[in-house]
Amino acid sequence: MTGLENRSGSEMHAIAENLFTDETPSRLIGGRDRETGRIVFPCPEGNQYEAVPLASEGTLWSYTVQRFRPKSPPYAGPEAFAPWIVAYVELPGQVIVEARLVDIDFDAVKIGMPVRFKPVPLDPDAPGSALIPAYAPVGDKA
Amino acid sequence: MSDVCIVGIGIHPFGRTDGVSGVDQGVHAARAAMADAGIAWPQVQFAYGSSDAAGNPDTMVDRLGLTGVQFINVRNGCAAGGSALFSAQMAIKSGEFDIGLAVGFDKHPRGAFDAKPAEYNLPDWYGDAGYMVTTQFFAAKIMRYMHMFGISRETLGRVAEKAFRNGAKTPHAWRRQPVSIEEILEAPMISDPYSKYMFCSPGEGGVALILASEKKARELGKPLVRLKAATMRTRPPHSFEVFAPSVDVVENDTGPRGTASQIASADAFRMAGMGPGDIDVAQLQDTEAGAEVMHMAENGFCAHGDQEKWLAEGRTEIGGALPVNTDGGCLACGEPIGASGLRQVYENVVQLRGDGGDRQVPGNPKTAYSHVYGAPGVSAVTILER
Repeated sequence: MTGLENRSGSEMHAIAENLFTDETPSRLIGGRDRETGRIVFPCPEGNQYEAVPLASEGTLWSYTVQRFRPKSPPYAGPEAFAPWIVAYVELPGQVIVEARLVDIDFDAVKIGMPVRFKPVPLDPDAPGSALIPAYAPVGDKA
Repeated sequence: MSDVCIVGIGIHPFGRTDGVSGVDQGVHAARAAMADAGIAWPQVQFAYGSSDAAGNPDTMVDRLGLTGVQFINVRNGCAAGGSALFSAQMAIKSGEFDIGLAVGFDKHPRGAFDAKPAEYNLPDWYGDAGYMVTTQFFAAKIMRYMHMFGISRETLGRVAEKAFRNGAKTPHAWRRQPVSIEEILEAPMISDPYSKYMFCSPGEGGVALILASEKKARELGKPLVRLKAATMRTRPPHSFEVFAPSVDVVENDTGPRGTASQIASADAFRMAGMGPGDIDVAQLQDTEAGAEVMHMAENGFCAHGDQEKWLAEGRTEIGGALPVNTDGGCLACGEPIGASGLRQVYENVVQLRGDGGDRQVPGNPKTAYSHVYGAPGVSAVTILER
């Protein structure tokens, strides 16, 4: 199981299995190629890759702001759209992963800034919404 | 070995043509190209056709005539047209055929391309979370590039401004109204740093080229536009591509990642026995304004970062040292995937023949370069010489 406990003690669930480690705080799960050592995310099914926990902290490699609501399907986010940041986060020595960047103004985002893993609900206003991979600036107080 | 020559060109205007199917836009282009070459359909010995979303190209034999001609369909992402052209020139180089057709067309629905995770071997959650959006990738790629090489958002605006200015002079273009750089920069954002004017739209259109052996071209009495090189290449390790939930880390990440474009370009220059300095006019993939900027360097025309100066000085304008995207490129013409790469070659032939009218590159250009790039890391390049 890849569940997480929120503050009220009820279980939060990840948007898919085998994305987050089953620990508190959780980490992302990558896949290490058993032959080459190359790490990818998410961990592909099958024997070629072994699951490895990814570093919780990294730096912002690049980003953009998604300004319009993506088409549904496949997008399963809330109908009422507010723009969000698409981040590529470099986890040193491992891999660069695509995720949300949260708890920061769009104008304050800087390539190279340190960030920490902080999964967020796909729909912040829906109780029980699934968690997706996300990062927040290090030192964030939220 | 003697060169393959382009002896006929035809185009169906790009944009939106309600009531005309993609295949019929291809047929329109094929007939125009045959008329230009002075031949009829029964003389065409083979055809390669490319379409991504508008049906099987070989069905156009219904319209063109049931001559029993060999007709092979090509799908290869954004390199589809380039791949059809590459295949056609190989058929002639091999000695098997003397004259044939490369044709491409498409007709995409309005709005962004519709991609599903499973088609790219990605898990469903990736689409649920909102990442099956091509514009995110293009924006994230230029964002890092701007950070690394000091490219300003104004330079992106200059690229788009040039595209619409050139498109206004081009009969086959879709967007034919100039747009001021202020309007481009202040327009609503799609995906930062790109505003709506900095992305091309999926569209419609058809292009056809008649290729012939040099011997056949001389028989037809056409001015010889020689295809000095045509290459199609796939990506090297560690490249950053569309729909990437992860990207490889590399030991030294201070330079640009390798790309399929670099490989296709270097090989084309080697085959043609030329360098970037020998090129008089270039059509570079500009699905978004930053793509043209990055592709200027990836194709060897300038160093990474020099684009800032090049655009400010107008070096890629029609009257500049290296005119780029003289028909307005994808930004002004839209991107019907199957036709887009062939449109670039069409435009280059127009320029080499001196038929560009208001958009003609001055000084009698002798060499012309075309380049496409697309998902998931494919690129095709051609070099023409007259």
